[in-house]
This record gives sequence, structure tokens and C-alpha cells, in this order.
Amino acid sequence: MNTAVPQRRSGFSFLLTDRGGRILLSVLLVLIIAVPILNLWVPESSPFHVPTFVVSLLGKYLAFALLALSVDLIWGFAGILSLGHGAFFALGGYAMGMHLMREIGGRGVYGNPILPDFMVFLNWKELPWYWLGFDMFWFAMLMVAVAPGALAFLFGWLAFRSRVTGVYLSIITQALTFALMLAFFRNDMGFGGNNGLTDFKDVLGFNLQSDATRVGLFIATALLLALSYALCRLIVTSRLGSVLVAIRDAESRTRFLGYRVEHYQLFVFTVSAALAGIAGALYVPQVGIINPSEFTPANSIEIVIWVAIGGRGTLYGAVLGAVIVNFAKTYLTGAFPDIWLYFLGAMFILVTIFLPKGLVGTLPAFPSLSRKSAAKPRPVSPGAPPVRQAAPGE
Amino acid sequence: MARIATLPGRLAALGVLLTVVLGGALSAHAEDARDFDALVAGLNAKSFKSKIKAVDAVAASGHERAADVLAVFLGGKLFARRSDGRIFMTERSGGVYLLTDAVTGADAGQAPGKKLRKVRVNNRVRVAIRTALGGLTLLSPDPAKRSAAADAVFKSPNAGFLPTLEAAIARETVEKIKIKLIMTRAAVQLKTGKTDGIKLTAIGTLSDLATPASRALLAGVVQAEGGNAISEAAAGALAGIERKLAFWNAVGNIFQGLSLGSVLLLAAVGLAITFGVMGVINMAHGELVMLGAYTTFVIQEIFRTHFPDLFDWSIIVALPCAFAVSGAFGIAIERGIIRHLYGRPLETLLATWGLSLVLQQLVRSVFGPTNREVGSPSWMSGSMEIAGGFVLTFNRAWIILFSLLVLAALIVVFKKTAFGLQMRAVTQNRAMAGSMGIRTGWVDAMTFGLGAGIAGVAGVALSQIDNVSPNLGQAYIIDSFMVVVFGGVGNLWGTLVGAFTLGIVNKFLEPFAGAVLAKILVLVVIILFIQKRPRGLFALKGRAVEN
Repeated sequence: MNTAVPQRRSGFSFLLTDRGGRILLSVLLVLIIAVPILNLWVPESSPFHVPTFVVSLLGKYLAFALLALSVDLIWGFAGILSLGHGAFFALGGYAMGMHLMREIGGRGVYGNPILPDFMVFLNWKELPWYWLGFDMFWFAMLMVAVAPGALAFLFGWLAFRSRVTGVYLSIITQALTFALMLAFFRNDMGFGGNNGLTDFKDVLGFNLQSDATRVGLFIATALLLALSYALCRLIVTSRLGSVLVAIRDAESRTRFLGYRVEHYQLFVFTVSAALAGIAGALYVPQVGIINPSEFTPANSIEIVIWVAIGGRGTLYGAVLGAVIVNFAKTYLTGAFPDIWLYFLGAMFILVTIFLPKGLVGTLPAFPSLSRKSAAKPRPVSPGAPPVRQAAPGE
Repeated sequence: MARIATLPGRLAALGVLLTVVLGGALSAHAEDARDFDALVAGLNAKSFKSKIKAVDAVAASGHERAADVLAVFLGGKLFARRSDGRIFMTERSGGVYLLTDAVTGADAGQAPGKKLRKVRVNNRVRVAIRTALGGLTLLSPDPAKRSAAADAVFKSPNAGFLPTLEAAIARETVEKIKIKLIMTRAAVQLKTGKTDGIKLTAIGTLSDLATPASRALLAGVVQAEGGNAISEAAAGALAGIERKLAFWNAVGNIFQGLSLGSVLLLAAVGLAITFGVMGVINMAHGELVMLGAYTTFVIQEIFRTHFPDLFDWSIIVALPCAFAVSGAFGIAIERGIIRHLYGRPLETLLATWGLSLVLQQLVRSVFGPTNREVGSPSWMSGSMEIAGGFVLTFNRAWIILFSLLVLAALIVVFKKTAFGLQMRAVTQNRAMAGSMGIRTGWVDAMTFGLGAGIAGVAGVALSQIDNVSPNLGQAYIIDSFMVVVFGGVGNLWGTLVGAFTLGIVNKFLEPFAGAVLAKILVLVVIILFIQKRPRGLFALKGRAVEN
């Protein structure tokens, strides 16, 4: 396998050793500086003015990009194809939504200072225990990462310990998000049932409808995306990252070499889930709602195609893929709503057959990148037997 | 005909009218008709109290038109002619009323609304009519009506029904309804009987009847009597009934579970071939099921327009058609997409998922996003009550049978045909099979086509019990994967056991946890089960595993 794992040098060199990453960080930097100026200080009459809805749309794309990044971390580098990452995203979103609900306080329709409207509507008398503490911002922010992380740890601990991998893992992650979806649709779960959480007023005292707050959320999203990219990059360029790639390419062989494969998988799976949760938390205030439809298995599979289109195993490719596909989705569902599913379906088919390395691995614009860090290439011969891994393990 | 029913209908009707009625019963036919005339006219009395008496009298007359008149009266469509007070059953048509003479049932032309006055009815009169009708229909010539009437009387036992019940029991020819009537009589006796002896006999009779209604009745008696011999006897009978009901409830759950299991089996068995035998994750499997269902719809439309007489056979014709359509799609998918992705199971998963989106949208574009109506042939519809509230619905029973037949056919193909042998050879060792002269590519395509065709056949069955919509496949795909993973990949027996286990477990959890929570619990259990046995219940062993 030709995946080059750059050796760690000193300081922050791990960030800058690949060109795609440099481009990504530069673009994010430009966005962080330019978007606030173009939105807040350029007058609306100017052609350079960026309307607030575009700021929020960009923020949404970047939140999805962070989600794609988290999937690429496990799929691209550890070979774990999670079809349930939407669940971690939604859990982070719900944690954020719960805080925003508490922050509404007495301004809800029923004016109850403690209980959110839907609980008053359901005739609940007091806040369920799992809602306690969410009135504090720091606690909610902790939960944004801890709740999905804990679920991923528990789930991963059970799965990896029993060596559930490959398609089996994919299928049960799908079952996980499906089960969570059914659960969150129930009213008596205490998460707003069908309608989810919405009607948010403000965050940290700033009105969510104001332009400045929107820009602030956008900057936070871009910054966290950059930080998360740095974290993922740190992980994959470390020695741990090399082991992950080894597991991806030859799990049994790595195990026989003496590595506790399941520990590595569990670590990276948990980190990835926490990142997905953070992405969800950034997504919710910008779109203003979180409901159980975020758990649908179709959503989780869609994330995977963002990564596949962008370029698996490159990190920045995932970011690119998420932004491109979501931009196309915004455009197509608006202009030709009937076409969107054909388009998405065709993307799945064409990319997997013709672009196994994704856009960044294939397009001539990225010639130097395709050689360096592409997804694991497998022989693509019709009817050929799959590559045998080491010796039978069990 | 209904001369026997001339005995009083309700105790409340006793009085002056009773003598009229009894007199009417004994008189000649013409006289009887005239009396009925008078009784019907009584319905238009001034006070509601007299109306109630008139209702009872009409019911007690046993006249063949009594039930009709009362039913129309209940519906508020009984009108009196202003000129002479004659009573008519009316049907509004445009600006005028079509009249039917209430007494004779003869057509009486039409009249404008202003010439008529409605015979007024209030809630107390309605109650009286309903009760009276309950008693009347006990003697109806239609067995289904008699049976329903017996159920109605059972729920509100009243001594007034006893004579009618006796008459009905004496005349009844259908054994099941007769038993029902006897039980109803026992219920009435238990509720209104004068002596303890009657009540105890009634309890003895009722203890043989295990239905929720008899349970409620006896439980009421246990509470009301409190501590005497009757209460004890009732408690004893109640315990027996509870046991029987629990038994039939369990039987019902098992049937429901088998039914759900058969649906899962049908949906999953094609997947067991493509996933289990070939190792291909076909996320478009659900859409192949959907195509089968839509094929059924198209075939039925053709039958409806061209051969409406042969509609009952449309399902039979749809089976091979659905197999062919889905099978052809399957072979095209294998040749067009999956062939390029062998050895990359995760990529196969993504590509077929994309294909499922395309197929869904395609069907939505062609057939529209709404549900399509697929009819059931007459031999599949209907149901039969076995006992204790357990109802066997025929379409469910047929699907259970059908799923087993499909599985049996597949096993025969696998074990007894040359194609099955080649399929197994390719599964176990592709390289070796190839070097022995088996065209592995061809076997792959055919195997995939077989799995897809079975999915289409499953679609025919599912069209009978589920909505035929573009989302049909999505609803089953996760469940089918759960079945295959739970049962063990590459093993049809595993799929059978997996499907029925999940179906039955689901149905037994539902009463305690509710449908949604039961489903969540089953999913969680499977997730935990996979930890224990990562390769399912019936795992393949040996070198094949590591592929």
C-alpha cells in the first residue's frame, strides 16, 4: 500500500506537510476574515455584500464538512465504514438544542421558566433528570462531545472486542442509528418527539436572528473545522496513525504483529464520534431545528458519499466533497427537485466505479496529491477473488 | 314467518300494548297487517314515552318489516304524510323524497319535502330502537347478522331478550351460532336470573366460553355478589377462562409472529443468497422487492381492464412476471455495477445504495409518489375466528405458507440442481471452481438474478399486506439485513430461524413494550447478539470465513 505516512517533525509541521491541507487551512482563514467584512461592513447595495442567509448556508456546509472529516478519519484511515455517523451528529445536535431550549426560559409560548414548551404541552411536571445541567453552557458543550463519544465508546467496545468489522460493522451501525431514530420519535423520550427541538431564541445571550450572531456562529464553525482538521492530521501522522493504516490494510496481520487492534479502533472511533457531535452542535443553531429525521439511515449513508466523492483517506478531500455535494443539493433540490435523487444515486454509482480515489485523487488539478495519499487501492478485476488477508484468523 | 317472536320484546312494553300484541299474534293474517299498521302509526305518537312503547311493540310484533322500519327510524328517515299521517320510509333524491310505504314496503312514488313531517326521535328512543333491533336480528335469516346480534345482547344482557333467545336457539341450524346463542342466554340468566340455581347453571355454561366478553361479565359478577356461592363459582370459572384466554393469546402472538417472520423471511431470503452466498451487499434489494410489488400492480391493471372475470388468477400470473422483472434487473445490476466492484464490499454497498435511490425515484416518476391499490383475490381475503378471540386471517396464513414454499424451492435448487452445485462451488472456492471449468462470471450473474427474482416474488406477497409505494423497499431493508446477520451469512436455514425468531420475539414484546419500543429492543438485542456471535446463529466455519 502506497499511503505515505509522513514522519513527524517538530512543532506544527505535521499540518503543513501536505498541499491539500495547506490549501484548506488557507481557504478557511480567508473565509474567517472575508465573510464578516463582506456581511457586516459592506453595504447591502454593494455587489460584494454577502447576505446573512448565505453566511448561514456556508456555516451549514462547514458543519457538514466537519462531519465528513470525522467519517474520513475512521473510514479513510482505519477502514471502519460507519453507516451510523448521523446518529452521533444528531446526538451532538440534540445536546446543543437542549441548551438552546433551556435558554429560551420563560419566553416560550407557555411561559414556563423551567420546562420547554413541548413538556408543558405533554403535561409534564418537572424536568427529566437527563435535562439537568443543560442550562449551563459549559456543561452542554461538554455533553456535545461526551454524549456521542460515550455512545461510540460503548458501542465500539462491544463491537471491536468481538472483532465485528467490515460490512457487519456497517450494518449494525445502521441498525444503531435506526433504533435511535425510532426512540427519538417517541414523545415520552423527552426530546420533543416528532417535532424535535426548535424555536430557539438566543445563544449565550446573543439573538440567534441577528446578523452578528450568524457571522459569529460561522466563524466558530470555520475555526472548529480548522482545529478538528489539525487534530485529525495530528492523529494520522502520528505513530498511532500508522498503526491505523496498517489495521485498515491488513487487520489480521497487524494483530499478529502484537498490536491490540481493538484499542486503536476504539480510540479513533470515539474521537470521530465526538467530532461528529461537535459538527451537530454547530449545525443546530445555524439551521434552527433538530429533529429525529437526522437519525435516518439514509442521512448517514449520504455522509459516506461526501467522503467518497471528495477523496477517501485525505481529510481535506472529505471537506471538499461535503461542500460540493451539499452545494449541489441546495441548487438541485431548489431548481430541479425531481433530479436530486437521480443525481445523488448516480454519484454513488459513478464515484465508486470510476473515481475510487475521489476528486482530489483523480482530477488533474491535484496531480501531486493523488500519488501521495490516496485511498487504499484494491485490484478491480471482474469476478476476481477478494484479496486474501494473511492467514485465517479464527 | 316470525310468528314466534310475538312474545313480548321488553318487560317495559308490558301493559296495555301487550294485550294488543298478543291479540295480534293470535289473529288472522290480514288482521295482523292492520295491527302492524296501527303499531307503526304509534311511532308518530306525541310523547317520546309513547314512542318508546310503540318501538317495543313494533319489535315484539315480529312482523317481517319490523326490523326495516326500526332501522330507518333510527336513521331519522321516517316521515309522516301531513295530509293523512301515513308513515313512509324516505330517500332524498334531489329536491323531492322517494317514498316507500313503511307498513307494506311498497313503492309510494315521491313527494316534496313540505308535504311531509319527520317522525322525531331523541336519544332515549334511539337506545330503545337499538335494543329492540338487537333482539329482532337474533331471528334474522342472515347468519352473520344473527351472530352479531348475539354478541350485542351478550354485552348488554336484559331479561327481555330471553324469550327471543329461546326462540332463536330452537330455530338455529348453524352449530357455531347456536353455541353463541346458548352462551348469550346463559349471560342473560346470570345477570337477571331469579334463583341461585339458574345463576349457577349459567356460570357452568359460561365457563366453557373463553372470550374477553365472558371474562368481563364474570369479573363483574364476582365483584357484585361478594363472597357467596355464586361469586365463588364465578371466580372459579373466571380463573379457567383466564387460563384459556392466556393460551389463545399466546397462540395469537405466535401466529402474528410467524406472519411477521414470514414477511421478513421473504424479504431476507433473496438477500441471503446475494449477501450470504456471494458476499455482495445489495442495498437495492428492497427496491427489487418494490419492483415485484409494482409488477403485481401492473398485472392486476391488465386483468382489470381485459379479463375482469379472471381477476382471482392475477396473483398467480404476477408471480413469474415479478420473478422475471426483478431477476432481469438483478442481472443487469450485477453485469453493470457489481461486477466491477468484487472484492470491495464497502464500495458495493455504496454503489447499490445509489442504485436504490435511482430506482425509487424512477418508480416515483413513472407511477407517482402515492400508494397504489393492489387487490386481493377472493381466496386470499377473509378470516376465521378459531377461539378465544384468536382470528386467523387468510392472507397472512397464505403468506406464511408461501414463504416456506419459496424457501423449500430454493433449497431444492441449491442441493439438487447442477446450477446449485456450481453456485456452491463458486462460493466455497472461486479459483478452484474456475479452474474446473465453471464459468464463474456467469454463475455470479445467475446467482444474483436468482436472489433478485426471489425479491420480486416477495414483492408480490408484500403487495397483499402492505402499501405499494416507492418507499416499500426502504421499510424492509434494515430488517432484512438484521435477519441475515442474525441467522448467519451463507445459510438458508439460518435465515429461516432468524426470520421467525425475530418475528415471534417482536410480537411477544409488543404487548408489554408497545410496537416501537419492541422494535428498538429487538435491534438492541441483535446488536448485542452480534458481539457474542459475530457471524450469526449458524456461522460458516473454516477458511471461507476470512473472505
